[in-house]
Amino acid sequence: MTRLTDKVAIVTGAAMGIGWATAQLFAENGATVIAADVVKPPLSESDHPIDYRELDVTDQHAWKAVVDGVLNEHGRLDVLVNNAGVIDYADITTVTPEDWSRVVGVDQTGVFLGMRTALAPMRAQHAGSIINLSSAWGVVGSEGVAAYQASKGAVRGLTRNGAITYAADGVRVNTVVPGWIATPLTERQPADKNAEVIGLTPLGFGADPRDIAFGCLYLASDEARYVTGSELVIDGGLLAQ
Amino acid sequence: MPDLTGSVALVTGAAQGIGHGIACALADAGAVVIATDIRDQSDLSDSIVTRSHDVTDGERWREVVSEIESQHGRLDILVNNAGVSGYDSLHELELAEWQRIIDINQTGVLLGMQAALRPMLRQGSGSIVNISSICGAASVSGVAAYHASKHAVLTMTKNAAVSYARQGIRANAVLPGWIRTPLTLGQTDDLNEAFLGATPMGHGGEPADIAAAVCFLASSEARFITGVDLPVDGGYLAR
Ligand SMILES: NC(=O)c1ccc[n+]([C@@H]2O[C@H](COP(=O)([O-])OP(=O)(O)OC[C@H]3O[C@@H](n4cnc5c(N)ncnc54)[C@H](O)[C@@H]3O)[C@@H](O)[C@H]2O)c1
Ligand SMILES: NC(=O)c1ccc[n+]([C@@H]2O[C@H](COP(=O)([O-])OP(=O)(O)OC[C@H]3O[C@@H](n4cnc5c(N)ncnc54)[C@H](O)[C@@H]3O)[C@@H](O)[C@H]2O)c1
Repeated sequence: MTRLTDKVAIVTGAAMGIGWATAQLFAENGATVIAADVVKPPLSESDHPIDYRELDVTDQHAWKAVVDGVLNEHGRLDVLVNNAGVIDYADITTVTPEDWSRVVGVDQTGVFLGMRTALAPMRAQHAGSIINLSSAWGVVGSEGVAAYQASKGAVRGLTRNGAITYAADGVRVNTVVPGWIATPLTERQPADKNAEVIGLTPLGFGADPRDIAFGCLYLASDEARYVTGSELVIDGGLLAQ
Repeated sequence: MPDLTGSVALVTGAAQGIGHGIACALADAGAVVIATDIRDQSDLSDSIVTRSHDVTDGERWREVVSEIESQHGRLDILVNNAGVSGYDSLHELELAEWQRIIDINQTGVLLGMQAALRPMLRQGSGSIVNISSICGAASVSGVAAYHASKHAVLTMTKNAAVSYARQGIRANAVLPGWIRTPLTLGQTDDLNEAFLGATPMGHGGEPADIAAAVCFLASSEARFITGVDLPVDGGYLAR
């Protein structure tokens, strides 16, 4: 499979879960992949080479260093997957200001900083595909999870804004909206919470990170060259009900 | 493109335009393709089986699907693409014209899903992709019957997705923006300019762009995707 030949891609939050699966699938498809995270990915598990760069997505200087490094080494940046994310389950009345800022910082401001940094080379090349991870909880209400819902909703708006503003510059921006996916994030959730969400999923199962990776692959590739500002929902039918 | 080797696919309205592009792409991806239309389809490659079929004819739907079942033993993918446009505004729309457009664009999709669900329910698997339109999600001026029919296609897609998910059947819709086909090339320049002017990318798409989305949704790569609408529209709906 070579659907991303010659493309250079940065995937954030790529040490585990959805990000790691996406980095691997991109590498299988011929892309040069830079896995960016605060944690080191299990690089030896991948059959194809993947580079690791330390990146805290809330740090704009770190973003600049990573993107500059990629441009120095590879001369271009074609794909950015803003996948790094954290969750907090508190509701509006109990979420601490610190937790609010931490979640919004990673899930929303981190996406903003990534787009801002990647847009410069992408606009100069007149080509690029940015994929932002939202969530079904960025679309419909769920009890608690206030900061997460707010920032995942904001990602959808920011995506459309980027899509419209930079369409004429050849840059595409789309959102992927996952339902329940088996990752370290959901593993840490209470079992009854997981059972409840899977029970509500019409297809009746939770997905693997690779199911999200395939959606990212489609949006990253030239197969989706006319797709921008779209939301690709991958949720087993959860939101269709 | 995703690999569709071993899948059996039925595409309607495949003589030209988007349907033609979808039939070719499914075949390139390795699927066995049965293409139907009321028009001559002789320019499709020999590897694609063609059948004459008006999508408003429920009896013919059963025949076409029965033949596929007896020849191939299964039907994995149905693409309801056949459609017609209609430009009249509500105040000028004749009932007969309303009926014609609803029959093809909406009832045609219903009959197709009904016919395909028989083998899909028996198999416990299947993927339906319906071609709606940006007019199925946005509000545009005029095109009253087309507008209604394409909205209905979205709702019917979600209904099928939720109703048959537990039986292993997925149903999704693709929402094309302005795509270069005989349909759009036959429209007035004013209408085409209005659509393209409202398209952030500033240009139209090709049938291959819709075909790529269909192949993705039809494939096992999309096994967790059901009940969604995927715009392929150069950013039109994001405005
Ligand atoms: N798993 C699900 O069911 C699900 C559902 C909807 C949306 N999502 C979204 O998908 C994305 C990935 O989720 P996951 O389930 O794989 O999560 P995960 O917790 O398994 O992995 C998240 C990764 O992000 C990294 N990360 C966290 N903060 C970071 C920071 N400041 N800078 C750089 N990297 C950072 C972590 O180190 C980790 O490697 C997230 O944005 C999440 O909100 C997940
Ligand atoms: N071209 C666009 O910009 C655009 C945009 C949005 C949606 N669409 C939708 O995509 C689909 C294909 O459009 P296109 O642009 O390729 O149109 P087209 O007119 O070029 O091709 C449509 C095909 O459908 C066939 N057809 C018409 N009525 C039929 C019937 N009753 N039974 C069987 N076949 C029939 C025609 O013979 C023709 O081959 C339609 O559903 C259309 O509404 C197109």
